[in-house]
Amino acid sequence: MAEKILAVLEQREGSLKKVSFEAASVAVNIANQLGLSAEALVVGSEINNLSELSKFGISKLTHLRHEQLNNYSPTAYSDVIASYANENGAKVLIFPNTAMGVDLAPRVAVKLNSGIMMDCMKLEVKDNDIVATRPVYAGKALIDLKLKSEIKIFTIRPNVFKPQTVNSTSVDIEVRTVENPNLKTRVTAFKKSEGKLDVAEADIIVSGGRGMKGPENFHLIEELAEVLGAAVGASRAVVDAGWRQHREQVGQTGKTVSPSLYIACGISGAIQHLAGMSSSKYIVAINKDKDAPIFNVADYGIAGDVFEILPALTDEIKKLKS
Amino acid sequence: MKIAVCISQVPDTATRIKIGADHKSIDPSGVTFIINPYDEFAIEEALKIKEKIGGDSLVYVISVGDDSVKETLRKALAMGADEAILLKASNQKDSFGIAKALSEEIKNLGCELVFTGKQSVDFDSGITGQLIAEMLDYNCVSVVVEFKLDGNKIIAEREIEGGREIVETELPAVITAQKGLNEPRYASLKGIMAAKKKIILEKPAIDFNGFTEILNLHLPPSKQPGRILGTDKSAVPELVRLLREEAKVI
Repeated sequence: MAEKILAVLEQREGSLKKVSFEAASVAVNIANQLGLSAEALVVGSEINNLSELSKFGISKLTHLRHEQLNNYSPTAYSDVIASYANENGAKVLIFPNTAMGVDLAPRVAVKLNSGIMMDCMKLEVKDNDIVATRPVYAGKALIDLKLKSEIKIFTIRPNVFKPQTVNSTSVDIEVRTVENPNLKTRVTAFKKSEGKLDVAEADIIVSGGRGMKGPENFHLIEELAEVLGAAVGASRAVVDAGWRQHREQVGQTGKTVSPSLYIACGISGAIQHLAGMSSSKYIVAINKDKDAPIFNVADYGIAGDVFEILPALTDEIKKLKS
Repeated sequence: MKIAVCISQVPDTATRIKIGADHKSIDPSGVTFIINPYDEFAIEEALKIKEKIGGDSLVYVISVGDDSVKETLRKALAMGADEAILLKASNQKDSFGIAKALSEEIKNLGCELVFTGKQSVDFDSGITGQLIAEMLDYNCVSVVVEFKLDGNKIIAEREIEGGREIVETELPAVITAQKGLNEPRYASLKGIMAAKKKIILEKPAIDFNGFTEILNLHLPPSKQPGRILGTDKSAVPELVRLLREEAKVI
């Protein structure tokens, strides 16, 4: 049996998430360098977009299926993934570093007695081994490391690895029915939050800080986010003040993010905030204080009044999009 | 019921990280160490459960590390934990190694309910709780913002992208705490005085450091400060042009 790299994909409500294609592409890329074969694995019920995987060079996908596995269950998912990996000679497993991946991957790691490295931003093959680079201290430092175990698990940060498409035509999908899933721990419901997009997944984030002066002014942030299709973020100061919810917080005690574009409005740039967002590809800062530390990491800045600039920026982008 | 809380000690979040001479760890000089912020929510939840179920419930706080961690354990005792255990280790362990040491001790103590922070704000892996649960064959709910225990039955809400999952399971279980779960209490003067008298039990951690080989710890590439385009809304069209034509992000 050929040794394999397995991309463990994530589906929500019957659709593969974008980060699943990133995981698939990473698996293909590493497999090519190590001379292994890359395959994908997904757990769920009905899943509608599996055929899209062919674009990323995955030739075989196994769908472990059971109608009660449409929702996540840590016990059932980890059981079936670990058994599959064992039976099929998986040497490397790639998971998305999402809420599900962070919960699931360590459980699979214990079952396989494999080393595990979370939130990787770079995976390189050197001397026939994988060197992972990941942020530590919320991105204030980076660490390069290797895993010494026989089986290795890596989780990849969403939005960092761009999926590479190949000229491939089909993916061989094998559906296996799961018998008696272990539902000792199970998700019974999902409560959607009001915000449309989550900062951890968004490609553009518009964040507000204390310079917004009060929760009643965040509609300016929301309107700009709306026209950009962006998520709304917040600094720790405004979350601690109760203006915004913690799930929007960017920084060391919130979320560490790497979007293509991060627009910081009325945020001075405390070190713990900078740690959480400075790996964004492009950063725009709008702040009255031209000496604010946020300008040290910003690509473009406007040292002016957010209350004047935000509506003008929203209008300008609206014009562009129409 | 015996309840365990696994805690760790981390550099204050305002710390500027300097790389140590070995290029594998940080330079600890001048760094203030604090209790991992998420672990405070874990301690608070354990104390609340103890207060609710009463009887002869005990809250144990456990940490892996060197003598310097005693200060953090003492803080947990001051908040109201009953006993503290330091699993002494001089070698650096990865999450797997730390979870192995903690799970052995939890098994020894016979704790049915375990709390820990959803992640340690140093290595930020966010997996220690799940690893412990799997090693002990306990149930686990991670990143919890609501927790209800009714007899053996657990109903928890965990934060995920775009919302919350309602998770049902039962004891024995490991719960990892997210900000929002509760408001951690401040240690009372009485608590602080009592904590000074309590003994921190020291034991060697099991001799397994995990699977990770650290090659190099380094600072991220420093960013060149960018351009200030103006001081009022007249700079907006230029900003939009640059985002579109130079950065190509909108």
